[in-house]
Amino acid sequence: MDIKVRVWRQSGPSAGGKMVAYDVKGISPDASFLEMIDVLNETLILDGDDPIAFDHDCREGICGACSMVINGVAHGPEKATTTCQLHMRKFSDGDVIDVEPWRAAAFPVIKDLVVDRTAFDQIIQAGGYITVPTGTAPDAHATPVPKKDADMAFEAATCIGCGACVAACPNGSSMLFTAAKITHLGLMPQGQPERDSRVLDMLQAQDDAGFGGCTNAGECTTVCPKGIPLSLIGRLNSDYRKAITKR
Amino acid sequence: MAVDTTSSKASKPAGAATPAPASKKQRPSSVVLKLIMAASGTLLVLFLFAHAAGNLKIFVGLPDFDHYAEWLRELGTPLLPHAWFLWIQRFGLLAAIGLHIWAAAALTIRAKKARPVKYAHRPKVQGGYAARTMRWGGVIIVLFVIWHILDLTLGTVNPAGGDSAASERVVEGFAPERWYVTIFYVLAVVAVGFHLRHGIWSAARTMGQQTVKGERRAKAIALVLSVVLVAMYLSVPIAVTLGLVD
Amino acid sequence: MTASEFWSEGEPVFDKAAPDGPVETRWERRKFNAKLVNPANRRKLTVIIVGTGLAGGSAAATLAEAGYHVKSYCYQDSPRRAHSIAAQGGINAAKNYRNDGDSVYRLFYDTVKGGDFRARESNVYRLAQVSVNIIDQCVAQGVPFAREYGGLLDNRSFGGTQVSRTFYARGQTGQQLLLGAYQALERQIGLGNVEMNARHEMLELIVVDGKARGIVVRDMVTGEISTEFADAVVLASGGYGNVFFLSTNAKGCNVTASWRAHRKGALFANPCYTQIHPTCIPESGSHQSKLTLMSESLRNDGRVWVPKAQKDTRRAADIPEDERDYYLERIYPSFGNLVPRDIASRAAKNVCDEGRGVGPGGLGVYLDFADAISRLGQKAVEAKYGNLFEMYERITGEDPYETPMRIYPAVHYTMGGLWVDYDLQSTVPGLFVVGEANFSDHGANRLGASALMQGMADGYFVLPNTISNYLASGPFPKVTETDAPVVEARKQVEDRIEKFLSIDGDRTVDSFHRELGHIMWEYCGMERTEEGLTKAVGLIRALKEEFWTRVKVPGKGEELNQNLEKAGRVADFIELGELMCIDALHRRESCGGHFRGESQTPDGEALRHDDEFSYAAAWEYFGADGKPTLHKEDLNFEYVHPSTRSYK
Ligand SMILES: Cc1cc2nc3c(=O)[nH]c(=O)nc-3n(C[C@H](O)[C@H](O)[C@H](O)COP(=O)(O)OP(=O)(O)OC[C@H]3O[C@@H](n4cnc5c(N)ncnc54)[C@H](O)[C@@H]3O)c2cc1C
Ligand code: HEM
Ligand code: HEM
Ligand code: SF4
Ligand code: F3S
Ligand code: FES
Repeated sequence: MDIKVRVWRQSGPSAGGKMVAYDVKGISPDASFLEMIDVLNETLILDGDDPIAFDHDCREGICGACSMVINGVAHGPEKATTTCQLHMRKFSDGDVIDVEPWRAAAFPVIKDLVVDRTAFDQIIQAGGYITVPTGTAPDAHATPVPKKDADMAFEAATCIGCGACVAACPNGSSMLFTAAKITHLGLMPQGQPERDSRVLDMLQAQDDAGFGGCTNAGECTTVCPKGIPLSLIGRLNSDYRKAITKR
Repeated sequence: MAVDTTSSKASKPAGAATPAPASKKQRPSSVVLKLIMAASGTLLVLFLFAHAAGNLKIFVGLPDFDHYAEWLRELGTPLLPHAWFLWIQRFGLLAAIGLHIWAAAALTIRAKKARPVKYAHRPKVQGGYAARTMRWGGVIIVLFVIWHILDLTLGTVNPAGGDSAASERVVEGFAPERWYVTIFYVLAVVAVGFHLRHGIWSAARTMGQQTVKGERRAKAIALVLSVVLVAMYLSVPIAVTLGLVD
Repeated sequence: MTASEFWSEGEPVFDKAAPDGPVETRWERRKFNAKLVNPANRRKLTVIIVGTGLAGGSAAATLAEAGYHVKSYCYQDSPRRAHSIAAQGGINAAKNYRNDGDSVYRLFYDTVKGGDFRARESNVYRLAQVSVNIIDQCVAQGVPFAREYGGLLDNRSFGGTQVSRTFYARGQTGQQLLLGAYQALERQIGLGNVEMNARHEMLELIVVDGKARGIVVRDMVTGEISTEFADAVVLASGGYGNVFFLSTNAKGCNVTASWRAHRKGALFANPCYTQIHPTCIPESGSHQSKLTLMSESLRNDGRVWVPKAQKDTRRAADIPEDERDYYLERIYPSFGNLVPRDIASRAAKNVCDEGRGVGPGGLGVYLDFADAISRLGQKAVEAKYGNLFEMYERITGEDPYETPMRIYPAVHYTMGGLWVDYDLQSTVPGLFVVGEANFSDHGANRLGASALMQGMADGYFVLPNTISNYLASGPFPKVTETDAPVVEARKQVEDRIEKFLSIDGDRTVDSFHRELGHIMWEYCGMERTEEGLTKAVGLIRALKEEFWTRVKVPGKGEELNQNLEKAGRVADFIELGELMCIDALHRRESCGGHFRGESQTPDGEALRHDDEFSYAAAWEYFGADGKPTLHKEDLNFEYVHPSTRSYK
């Protein structure tokens, strides 16, 4: 199939950028979206142009590296799908497709479609862990965890840290990401001792990194490739309220 | 153990690309702002229901309505001097509106800063219409309330004038030939409905509602409450305009 | 086979760190005899760790907790994205929570046997011992493993073992384990004990006075080259399956860190041992950039077949039952569709080579669930495999409930890697290697669910104990920017980048990588022959020549330049590919993942030659165009005695 892509091109962090149109001819409907860009890049290189920079690694929907806003939707039109798992058969011959980077002050653009997501690591640093130095753990069966909690913790823990939630949120808020981690650790008995400090510190880090506040707009969950449910934000709010009142 | 661990470039602070400036002024967290909005919003909603219920008295009869307005001012006496309750309520409302607007403004400013560059291809509306109209909706409501107080409380912009009885202001204000005023009220009340359809649910979430089932229930309750409230409010101006009240 | 025109033979290599005596107490004794570093002195000692996967992430967190100053590097934008994140199936541990007769000894036994008797008994025993602590550690970190209704951990059996010892977190075990390690690492970063450098690529090892003392890295955002010094260097840079271009590995997986160390004197062991996984989604066209693994569990209910006739282009549904060849059931009646990975892979290749493959390019075989659906009902099949079917449909656009899935083998894991002793130290003092990057524990073949175990055993428990023995032997003299080896290492990196950018040829880096991949897959893939491998070495040498004259790398060095990154990786893959072929050529036996056409039983099964090849082949680098030197490390089996595998 033949399509036209309009891609955000920006040569460096402080450079200005603009949308540039490219024709991609004869692309297989079985190609993934990233493979379509690979093919485009091969021609750009041979033509002496700068190929399009984009983040990717696993191409299996699990590492969370790929990050493109396609036609205004983070990770493109398929629900619960990362960009790397999106295939060209979801588009039609002759389509014009707009491709932009995640847009958020906390995720500054490095080049083209590549952004800096270090802010997510900072949120985790602030408290997204259970303190247990290596070698100090009791036997794994010492603390049973109700299956229901374990399953829900797992659900929350599947967040791949891609940042689509931030890209989609009208407030540029990372609430869904933070809530997923709060929920995962807060549901485990092992996570209880740090439950209050975790939510206060992680939220502080989120605010400090320049993410907006959540107004329950709910766009994050609709683009989340792992379907992290919106209700987890309520858990964060509840934990937070309890933590400040205890303080 | 003498070991040189310097590297050829200045070592970065641990993993941080952009460390938060140390001197950052302590500001309320985004969740605290939301809690303030939820609390103040809840107060405002309670007022709206009380107010709507009071308005319905007009269907019992105009004197009853005026009596009600007067009763409002007598409420609390003799414990409180005349009209004090009303004033306490007014201060309470003002404080709630003030806090609500302040928190909304703070969150809006943060949101603008969090997305300095807009998308070239505007994201489609995905997460519901109400969520996106909260800010403009809120502003419209406040502008309406200002007009509304000039109209029905002070009478400044009301044909019946300032010294009239409340019922006169209502009946003359929504007189059939002033249909455009009625339309304006209808639009404003519908805006209130939209604000609350999302707002009531959102407040529940902010205060910690966290199950998927509860989310569905909260949304349903928010919708029902908003519709009921809108209906209660609309009944009065429409009935007056249609000449059903006299 | 002795030395030839392709290689020469050197002195044998010995593992001097390994204690002897009873295998059960070797690790205890090694830990006891290892020298310790006073806690007060640890802060003054710096350790560089390249890689933040399960091996590197766990090592960095643990060493930082112990008080060392750690500098960590990864090429991704966050340590959380290391390739370990993609592991699906699970992790083994000898917990015996099922009371089904499992034990440390049984895990040890299974792993030595599974490795086709080409791994060290001491190492494998230690791995089995430590496996128990790994699960404890991960659970305490909050890893949400699958649980039963009573709240205790669930286990499943994996990879044909007779006990249930595999712990798992749905199909995302690697992700959950890595997030545990990543969170521990982030905690240490927050405390200032680890200096994290994401988007930094190691491009050279710095060796001063014979010891590993630092690395040269490129900041992938600014392009800045810097030299980083330390008292010890740990490589945790993962496997090199991407030498085949198409593999189940992440796109960025590379051999550069290991290869640069190899060039600086670290021996590279058993490079030809590659694991090829039988159930991957086949290539769909020339745009294909990587292959996706489908869980092996599908073979429990799916039947594998191809048409009996060659070039049969009918739709699967139109091919009548008696014109189908259920070849695994035919050739291996007792194991049928459940034969081990290597056998299933080779059989698929054989039928495709006969021209009976299905799908684009004839590179695929059917995995048919029609029988299972009619026997169990669509609901039951959906409950068991629903998410896998969905993944398949998403990628191929075909509905596996309607038409059979198409599968094909793909490169999955590399057992070879830098040679290390029992302490995980390479032949360059001060250079330690952990995880998939080393060669240590899997011999010629890796059992399912054991790579995660090894990576974490190395990082959490083994390295932190053994590295102190080395660090205690300091103080090490100060290294500065102007020392000759430092200047030279930096210059090597700068010159190479300069060279890449100046060639300005007419072929892209990817086109070379693809071509290398074809050569490797064709001649050093599932079945290798002397003739093919000899040809491959010639082809690779020609490709290398062409690469250095015709490659085109756009852009500058001082910016984010993804093609420059790729160029460096592909240049190293080309050299590695040559060594892999030479290693495969020298090993004239079939063992584990290495099947030599000349070494098979009359009915086509792998034939090992324990008398001649019971050793690990550790290769020494001898210049880009010289012959590598083979150093043999003899393997002794005191506990598990070599036997032959049979699946008929
Ligand atoms: C699809 C798939 C499924 C799998 N499933 C299982 C399973 O179920 N069970 C199991 O036991 N095993 C499984 N494996 C194997 C297992 O996942 C890997 O062997 C293991 O995770 C490797 O871990 P590692 O820490 O050694 O390396 P990796 O996780 O690969 O990490 C390598 C690190 O090194 C860094 N790095 C590499 N080169 C450089 C450089 N030059 N400069 C700087 N940094 C560099 C990378 O950034 C990364 O952080 C699977 C593998 C694949 C591909
Ligand atoms: C200028 C006036 C107003 C503005 C700018 C404003 C704005 C907002 C905004 C931005 C929100 C958050 C949106 C969200 O949660 O998704 C909100 C929530 C809310 N508003 Fe208003 N609003 C105004 C007036 C009012 C009034 C008059 C009422 C009462 C009738 C009200 C009731 C609520 C409630 C109950 C919420 C939910 C609080 C929460 O989400 O926690 N608002 N408003
Ligand atoms: C549409 C139907 C409405 C009618 C008929 C109506 C009627 C009135 C009347 C008669 C008064 C004067 C009462 C008095 O002075 O004793 C009044 C006051 C007021 N109304 Fe309404 N109202 C309506 C809708 C609303 C809405 C939608 C809001 C808010 C969003 C609102 C907010 C107020 C406020 C804040 C006051 C002033 C209260 C005070 O003086 O303390 N009204 N209204
Ligand atoms: S919550 Fe969803 S969208 Fe956000 S980072 Fe996690 S996986 Fe991505
Ligand atoms: S879209 Fe944004 S406003 Fe909250 S609910 Fe999601 S973070
Ligand atoms: S590339 Fe890993 S999730 Fe898309």
